[in-house]
Parts: sequence; structure tokens; C-alpha cells
Amino acid sequence: MTAATATTPAQSAPAVRVTRSQRNVAWTGAVALIIVAVLGYLPYLVYSGTTTILVQGFIVLTLASMWNLLAGYAGLVSVGQQAFVGLGAYFVLILAIHGISPFAGLPVAAIGCGVVALPLWWLVSRLRSGYFAIATWVLAATIMLIIERFSSIGGGTGMPMPGFAGLAPTLLTAYTYWAALAVTVLALLGIYLILRSRLGLVLTAIRDDETAARSSGARTGLARLLVFLIAGAGCGAAGAVLAISQLQVQPSAVFSISWTAEMAFATIIGGIGTIEGPIIGTAVFMVLQQTLQSYNAWYLIILGLVAIIIALFARRGLWGLVDDHLSVRLFPVGYWLHDIPPGTGQLPGS
Amino acid sequence: MAWVNAVIQGILTGGLYALFACGLSLMFGVMKVVNLAHGDLAVVAGYIAIGIIFVTHVPVLWSFLIVVPVMAALGYALQRTVIQTALNRSVLTTLIVMFGLSQVIENGLLQFFSANTRGIGANLALVTESFNLGSQIQIAWLLIVIFAAAVAVLGGLQYFLSRSQYGRLIRAVADDTEAARLSGADHRHVFGIAAAIAFGTVALGGIAYGMYSQLDPTAGTDTILLFAFAAVVIGGLGSLWGTLLGGIVLGIAQQIGAQLNISYETLAGYLVFLAILVIRPQGLIATGTQS
Amino acid sequence: MTDLSKGSRPQDGTALLEVRDLTVHHGQLRALDAISLRVLPGEVYAIIGANGAGKSTLLRTIAGLHQPTEGAVLLDGADVTGVRPERRARQGIVMVLEGRRLFGSLTVEENLQVGTSYARQGPWTIERVYEMFDWMRGRRDQRTSQLSGGEQQSVAIGRALVANPRVLLLDELSLGLAPVVVQRIYAMLPQILATGLTVLLVEQDVSQALRVATHIHCLLEGRTTLEGPPAGVTASQVEAAYFGLAGAAQSPAAPGRPGEGS
Repeated sequence: MTAATATTPAQSAPAVRVTRSQRNVAWTGAVALIIVAVLGYLPYLVYSGTTTILVQGFIVLTLASMWNLLAGYAGLVSVGQQAFVGLGAYFVLILAIHGISPFAGLPVAAIGCGVVALPLWWLVSRLRSGYFAIATWVLAATIMLIIERFSSIGGGTGMPMPGFAGLAPTLLTAYTYWAALAVTVLALLGIYLILRSRLGLVLTAIRDDETAARSSGARTGLARLLVFLIAGAGCGAAGAVLAISQLQVQPSAVFSISWTAEMAFATIIGGIGTIEGPIIGTAVFMVLQQTLQSYNAWYLIILGLVAIIIALFARRGLWGLVDDHLSVRLFPVGYWLHDIPPGTGQLPGS
Repeated sequence: MAWVNAVIQGILTGGLYALFACGLSLMFGVMKVVNLAHGDLAVVAGYIAIGIIFVTHVPVLWSFLIVVPVMAALGYALQRTVIQTALNRSVLTTLIVMFGLSQVIENGLLQFFSANTRGIGANLALVTESFNLGSQIQIAWLLIVIFAAAVAVLGGLQYFLSRSQYGRLIRAVADDTEAARLSGADHRHVFGIAAAIAFGTVALGGIAYGMYSQLDPTAGTDTILLFAFAAVVIGGLGSLWGTLLGGIVLGIAQQIGAQLNISYETLAGYLVFLAILVIRPQGLIATGTQS
Repeated sequence: MTDLSKGSRPQDGTALLEVRDLTVHHGQLRALDAISLRVLPGEVYAIIGANGAGKSTLLRTIAGLHQPTEGAVLLDGADVTGVRPERRARQGIVMVLEGRRLFGSLTVEENLQVGTSYARQGPWTIERVYEMFDWMRGRRDQRTSQLSGGEQQSVAIGRALVANPRVLLLDELSLGLAPVVVQRIYAMLPQILATGLTVLLVEQDVSQALRVATHIHCLLEGRTTLEGPPAGVTASQVEAAYFGLAGAAQSPAAPGRPGEGS
């Protein structure tokens, strides 16, 4: 007996189809590639003054993306990330003193910082949010004080970065720029891939509702640990770029709390908890810093005030305001639900 | 003998640290706010005192009478407005806002006062003189006064919390805010009072610090906040006298470190803090009510 | 809704506490759907229902800890829907929270003293509470965390009483307590009522509720399924209303989507 026509039984709930992205993402990917290509070609087009500013921007963007991963996804508000910035710088310095090119030392610095992050996590992981924050600050201060003890790497006053002798200035600027660009692209790409992975699923769950995430069995502890290690490595890479671009390493400069201030404020203003947020926030930060350059600490004051106001009254930041009106995702890390009209005979998933 | 001196100096500076720490502990105990701007507020109080003395030429000790109530009022206002709004959002927002305030204050001070250090001078014998016990022990009178003031403040605060109606309300709100509201207490007002006390005590500490040492815009975080936090953790959250013990332990650790090598002073304190964090995270005096 | 109260209760405006068309949401979830009730002075009004029926949500909304999406709460005819919980407590709506919720670092007496901080005028004092619970006076300086569950419940009730409320809200008194302890506590109700209070309580234990209540109100998935004096309902009617079995009429609100659990 064959059923001539199978009638679809009336369904009590509408069928839905789940996809990772809207159509516009293919365009975004193409645009992103073009942007990276243009950025890569920039040293051939512009003066070194511009590339220097862009290097600064890349450093802050990398840091902000890391801070966003920590605070926006794993719920870890760290005000001690400057520890990794400084450690990254000193890793490169120590390797350079022993004859290894700073550019080769960069990936080693990143990995090294990730490794150092492990025992540091063990020290602070049991603390609850507010106390976790200050403890990271104390850790950063402690690490700086320990490093200052070693006069062979400059002690309290710092020392210039060896290993650049024989490199023409324009070439040095270009290499520095490309290193910064590479670090930033890798950082953003890495974060994008992480958020699309299972780890990202756990992190997004934590971001949205931590208690629910834990009680549904997600391994939140492991997720947090991994994020802390990754953020440590990322900030370390940024610190390495910093050391290369400054041509010297001074403890008070590389371990300064201002790094945390910049990465936190950029993230909050741009939009915490999204990949696009730190990008926008860094852009705002750079504009502010360049226009207020001659007024010393003003840009940090204004940045801080704007961050406070946005944290209180526009929690999802500037990108959140855009998102509210346009429903756009440049980086497809979420899920979209599409209703299937009843009776079209489409199977879910097609 | 130099070691005995170090221990004595450490004990006495512990009083100053306790003054810094009790406000931090109070704000966290009552409204679960970790005030990252705590140290900077002490510095602000010190700068206000300097300003008042410069303009009005009042005796230094009068600056306490003016600055402490002003800072307490500021604390109440800030709590009822900015901090309460942040608390209504989330823990994350509160941390970010307090950190933001800290950086705004610091950079603001840097902008208007430059990075130079300033002290609060006084020509009183009490402030400038010290006395000797034996040949190697020299104790500044100021430190003794500060220690006595810290004990008085802590004692007064303890008495206020345990005996007065408002102290009871503060403790009730700290234990269970919702239940306290159902007993008629306006928790926002109670939070405000707690913040006022915290700001007042830290102002006291800030002016004392300005007299004992030198103030600079970054002292709020470089020294005061982190030392206050270390004192609270070492002593144990939930106990006011614990912050005194924590301050003393911190002070002794620092002075002993300084004896080994003058530049080890701050580092020694942090290392002891980290050790306590590992070995006994609930602190030396664990009250068992809150972790 | 099965209303078995025809003719036995005055329908005019003498209600001390009234709830009108109350709809409460927890985020997207609708916890209460157009609930109405009237509590008359001197009544023991019991709200019963299964877990998740919305009983505690209803009590918490009346106390002011939750804002309704629609509807109103009235005390003595005055709309208190927008009044903050602490002010509502001062006006006479005092709630004993589920799970006791005493101030753990305070002593028994200090807990009672907090209760008197914003108390209204009335017959209840700390002394009177000590008279009602004879064991309490000797343990007044003990920390409440050292008391047993039943003793803690007594202190919680005492703390609410010394505020001299007009309406006493009791949320799941019996939770976590042995039956004999629960009975002893409920045995205090007549004493409480004798001083002019009105009681609105939420109770998991249906037979206990039926024993003490002057009026029963059953909730299921946020809707009223039964209402009336205990004498006017049979056990099977209560059972049907409690579990939502066929035979219990559901109130004509939005039809539930089939397949959705409680």
C-alpha cells in the first residue's frame, strides 16, 4: 500500500531553519580581505609618521580585543593585563640581548606569556569578580617590581632594544608595521574562530547568563582558564610589538596601568561582548588621542568619562547602538533563526 | 636591634594601612562594591587639604575637620547617584565604572597638579619630631598619633556598627538586602551612609599620608589601593579589627623587606599578600559569614 | 474559575488588600495571568498550588519586590502598585520571605530590633514576641545562624510582627520544617489574628492550608483554578484544581499552547 500524497500533519510549532550567518557576510569577508591587503600595502604608500600611528592603533586594537574576550565573554574583569604587555616586551628584550632578532622573538613572547599565565591563573582564579580585579592589579605590580630587580635587562630605568643594528630605518618601520598588522589580524581571526567553536558556545553562554551556563553542564572553569591564557598570549604579543616599535623597554612604560585603561575604555565605548566593538572603540580612541595629543592626559580623562557614561546608559556601546537599528553582524558568530512558511514542503536544514 | 625597629615601624604603619583598608572593606561588605577608586579618593582628600591650607592658611589639623565631612558628603552623593546606577546594572558595570573613576581622577590630578609630589607640612612638634628608644630605634610621633587615630576610628566604627540602630541596619542590609527592605529599610540610603563612612575614613587616611609621606597623583593606585586591598585580604574580610591586623602584617613584611634591601619594601608586602592568597585565602581572622 | 463563595463573602469595597487583574512576567515567561483576589480584614487567605504555579511570585509582587506588567495592588483601597517595597512595609504590608531569610550575623534580639526600626503603632513589641515564643527570651543574644529551622521561622515571624503590619504575608512557612514544628507554628495564628492582623499565606501543604484558612485560592500555571472557603470545597475539587485535571474549569485567559509543561 503506497501513500499517494503524504499530507504534512499540522504542526503545533512553526518549523525553523538555523544558519550561522546572513547573506551579507560573504561581502564582509571579501571587504575584510581587501582592507587587510590595502593595509599591508600601506608602507609603500605613506610616510612613516602614518604607519607609526597605525602601529599604535593595532596595539590598542589587539589589547582591546583581548580585554573584550576576558570581560565581555568570560566575565573576567582584569585590571592587570599590563603584566602581560610588559612581559611580552621583556621576553623580546631578553631574546634580543641573546642575539635573537626581535621579530623572531615576537611569537616566542606570545607563547611565553601564555605559559606564564597558567600559574598566575592558579593564584587568582578562586577570587570573585571584584577581588579578582584588584588581585590582577597586584600581580602586575609585583611582576614589575621583580623585573626591575634585574639590572641586566635595564633595572628600573630600562634599556634600548638591541638587534636592530644594520637595519635601514625605512625597512625597520615597515617590518614593525607588518608585525603589528600580522598580530592584529591573527588576534581578530583567532577570536573569531574561537567564538565559532565549542569554546565560543560556552563563552557566549557565560556572557549571557553565567549561572545558567554552569548549571547546564558547560565547563565554565575550563573555558575561563583558556580565555585567560589566550588573553595573556595576545597581550604579550601586543607588548612585543610595543617594544619593537619603541626601540626600548622601560618598566614604567610597558607595565603602566594606562594600557588597561586604554583597552578597557576602548572596548566599553565600542561595545563589550561583540567582536566589532573593540574595532570601533579603538577607532574612537585613536581619533581622541590624535586630536588631543598636545593636551597630555586629557584624552584619557575624556575617554574615561565617555566609558563611564556608556557603561551606565548605553551598555552595548556604540556598536550596540548600530546593531539596534541595523541588525548587522560583520563577524558571523551567532545564530540566525529563519521561519519556514508552512506548506512550502521545505525540510529544515535545506 | 635594627630588626626590632623594623617590626615597630611596621606595626605603626599598619595603623595607616588599616585606615585605608576599613573603608574598602565596608563598601564591599555592605554593598558588594569593590571601590577601585578608593586610593585615589584618599589622594583627592589630601590635595583638597593642601588647597585649603594654601588658600585659607588654617592650621593643618583643622583641615581634617573640613575635608573629612566634605568627603563623606561626597561619598553619600556619589553612592546615591553613580554607584547605585552602576549597581542596578551589573557587577561588571560597577567594576568598570569604579575603574573609570579611578583613571579619570588620576589623570585629572596629573593634568592640574603635575606629577610632582607634595606634602602636607606642619610646624608642630608632634608632626616633625621623633623619639628614641635605645640607639637604633627611632619612632616618629606622627606615626604613633596615626596609629592611635586608626585604633580610635576602628573602635568607634565597631561600636557604631554593633550598638547603634543605624549600625544594626547597615549590618542587616549587608546580610540580606531584600529582607532588610521588607523590614522597611531604604537600602539606597543605608548604602549611602556606608559610602559616606568609607569616604570619610579614607579621607582621614589620605591627609595622614600626606603628612607622613608625600602625595602624588598616582599614589592612589601605586600604593594606597593595593596596600589597602592587601590589608583586607591578609586580615580577612568581614572583620574590622582584621584590617588592623592585616595592616600590621603588611607593614611588618614591608619593613623587614626594606631591611634586606631598601628597594624590596613594596615587593615584600605583595609577596606576603600573594602567599596568604594561596595558603589561607579567607584571611587570618576568618569570620565565616562572608568569603 | 470555580467560584464557590457565592453569597458567603461581602462583594463591596471592604477588602483590606486587593489584587486586580495582575499579570506578572519573569523576562519572557508569564508567571501570573490576570489574577484577582480580595483579602478581607481578619481573614486567613491561603494561596495553594503546585511548584511553579506562581504563588511566591504573587506574594512577592504584593510585597513590592516584583513589578507587574499589568494590573494593580491596592491596600485599603489605595493603589500601591508603584510603591517601593520598603515603603509598602512601612504602610503595613510585611512579608516573611520563603526560607526564613534572617540576618545571619545578627542576634535574635537584633533581628527583632531591625523589625521595629520602621514599625507602625500597634500592640506588637519585642516583649510580646518573647511571650508568644517562650524559648526566645533565653536565646535572645544568640546568633540566628545557630538556631534550628523552626526556631528561625519563629524569629522571622516575630521580626515581621513587631513592625505591626496590617497584612502579614507568609511565604511557604512549612518549607524545610518537620510537620510537628509546622503545626506548632501554625498554632500561633489565632494569637496573631486576635491582635487585628490579616494573614495572606502561601502554602505547599494543602491539608495544612485547608486547616487554617478562612479562604482558599488555588493557582495553576499563573491562573486561578479554584477559590472559596474551605468548607465549600471537596477534596476532589481541590485535587482537580491543583493538578489541572479535567473537571477543573480554567479561567478564560489566552489558551495555553499544547505541549507546554508547567
